[in-house]
Amino acid sequence: MSTPRTIIEKLWDSHVVAERPGAPSLIYIDLHLVHEVTSPQAFAGLRARGLKVRRPQNTFATTDHSTPTTPRSLPIVDPIAKAQVERLESNCEEFGIPYFGFQSPHQGIVHVIGPENGLTQPGMTVVCGDSHTATHGAFGALAFGIGTSEVEMVLATQCLLQRKSKTYEVRVDGALKPGVTAKDIILALIARIGVGGGTGCVFEYRGQAISALSMEERMTVCNMSIEGGARAGLIAPDDKTYQFLAGKPFAPKGAEWDAAVERWKRLPTDAGATYDHTITMDANTLEPMITFGTNPGMGMPVSGVVPDPASLSDPLERDSLAKALRYMDLTPGKPLAGQPVNVVFVGSCTNSRMSDLRAAAGVLKGRKVSPKVRMMVVPGSMEIKRQAEAEGLDKVFREAGADWREAGCSMCIAMNGDQLQPGEYSVSTSNRNFEGRQGKGGRTFLASPLTAAASAIAGVVTDARKL
Amino acid sequence: MAKFTTLTSRMMPMPVDNIDTDQIIPARFLKTISKEGLDKQLFNDWRYDASGAPKPDFILNAPEWQGVQILLAGDNFGCGSSREHAPWALTQWGFRAIVSTSFADIFKSNALKNGLVPVVVPRDVHAKLFEMVAADPHATATIGLASQTLTLPGGAVVEFPVDAFSKHCLLEGVDELGYILQQMPAIEAYEARKDVHLNTLNPS
Ligand code: SF4
Repeated sequence: MSTPRTIIEKLWDSHVVAERPGAPSLIYIDLHLVHEVTSPQAFAGLRARGLKVRRPQNTFATTDHSTPTTPRSLPIVDPIAKAQVERLESNCEEFGIPYFGFQSPHQGIVHVIGPENGLTQPGMTVVCGDSHTATHGAFGALAFGIGTSEVEMVLATQCLLQRKSKTYEVRVDGALKPGVTAKDIILALIARIGVGGGTGCVFEYRGQAISALSMEERMTVCNMSIEGGARAGLIAPDDKTYQFLAGKPFAPKGAEWDAAVERWKRLPTDAGATYDHTITMDANTLEPMITFGTNPGMGMPVSGVVPDPASLSDPLERDSLAKALRYMDLTPGKPLAGQPVNVVFVGSCTNSRMSDLRAAAGVLKGRKVSPKVRMMVVPGSMEIKRQAEAEGLDKVFREAGADWREAGCSMCIAMNGDQLQPGEYSVSTSNRNFEGRQGKGGRTFLASPLTAAASAIAGVVTDARKL
Repeated sequence: MAKFTTLTSRMMPMPVDNIDTDQIIPARFLKTISKEGLDKQLFNDWRYDASGAPKPDFILNAPEWQGVQILLAGDNFGCGSSREHAPWALTQWGFRAIVSTSFADIFKSNALKNGLVPVVVPRDVHAKLFEMVAADPHATATIGLASQTLTLPGGAVVEFPVDAFSKHCLLEGVDELGYILQQMPAIEAYEARKDVHLNTLNPS
């Protein structure tokens, strides 16, 4: 009998190309996703060395970060963003990389289009010059973000030098109450372990509450692994995974599909395998969550009160919380529910898929966005946009007074002009509430699409169950 | 990559935990297609006011802190995005080392590839360094990479961890891509293995 292994170890073992004493392992990469922001310097590096892309057929690009979400018939107004988008397209052409460009009907956020097209598959190693690459872990892939130097290495060699991460079991038992979502699971986890809690680790999410999630919800959970400090986060594949992938454009077909499923079925963690760390959470006790501070670990139930820095004993932690509350202009001890908001953003690779849009539309239907609130709904991909329109969700959003946009990262990162004004508050379904993340001086509360939509109607932070 | 052997410098204190890469360089400056000029935007939103004028009370703007090569920062430095623009901006400004109690994984990996040394020290040493710098802003520390030591103002020496490979690359200025390219035969052998299922993206 071989030693029982976790899925994380199985993925690692099957991708080791070479090991040399005193050096990190050389790891093979199955899928390399590329976008406009973190790749131009890597392509320039290849060119300077006279190197080619080793496996264009394992590489896929799209444009999302600097990309406007205004109608595609309009030109890109920002000349610097335009140059970046065009550079990606010319680099892809020069190096033979398939891509969904700005005008493609399949364009979208890189972490949305990978799964949507079946590019992401169980058992793969997936990298992208983007820290939310962990999203693809929802399919039982080892997926992690890399820097631009590493983008260049993968383009040139299809390999990376990596050290084995520690394994971290995140077990979520029980069942979520109605109105509590996948986003609330991950925000609750990060609030508990902190933004550095998973440093050096790969999370495996498991347990009843995780198995019960749809593939889209699993992507929401895995997406924010990096916010817990983890390099990656994943969920073992099961029948839901195979059902989701079957028939997707890039998924294997026919006999190849059958063989692939057979292989994928061997991926889940063996009985008796052990982890370096384990945490358990009870889904039954979870509440809708929201962040109050300037990192995703500063989160609490929507019904909670803003914590008091004076209650912290560590001086640096106390100062950091005080600094965050100064930036957010929030008063310790006060409830967050009822806090006026200026902007509501539904979108990002965390929450821009069909189920997220349906959830938000469900709350908005027959209601109006508060006149004090500007609400933006940005689908994760052009496919999703078309599907949402086929279901009439765009009408629900528009009739409620929300702005329905084209696909992209948009106000998650505020690179494309979609942004908060200084001092504005947003409830956002994205993944980062860092100072200025959604625009200089902007203040972000991270929450689920349900909480976001409810807050848009009420004009103040609101628990959707109380609307 | 620029070599790193030893460095003696004053330490610029930035006593904030979880300094994320959006603070180090905000996303709106990532639209560039080159690596140049990012030092101008280092800590942009802490550094400039609404009109774009430097804020005199932000340490990076203080004349007496120009040219300092060590940043002394709070826990979990570099969390957030994978942007390598963060170490590019830090090194272009002149930093060669950052001292903290911990670093985010991707930032650390990016920093090491750019000759920027992440020095992890225990909590008590970290607290003491902040006290020393507050007492004497001219106090210097010395980082010896070969010996993996940080010499505190006053002469006390603490060791810090660096993995052997990164240390070798920094000391010799080795380029990682060059190192991987030397292993091409192993990569080809891996790709030829029967038990390996290479993904080839053929849409249908
Ligand atoms: S949606 Fe936000 S987090 Fe996701 S890839 Fe785009 S910028 Fe990054």
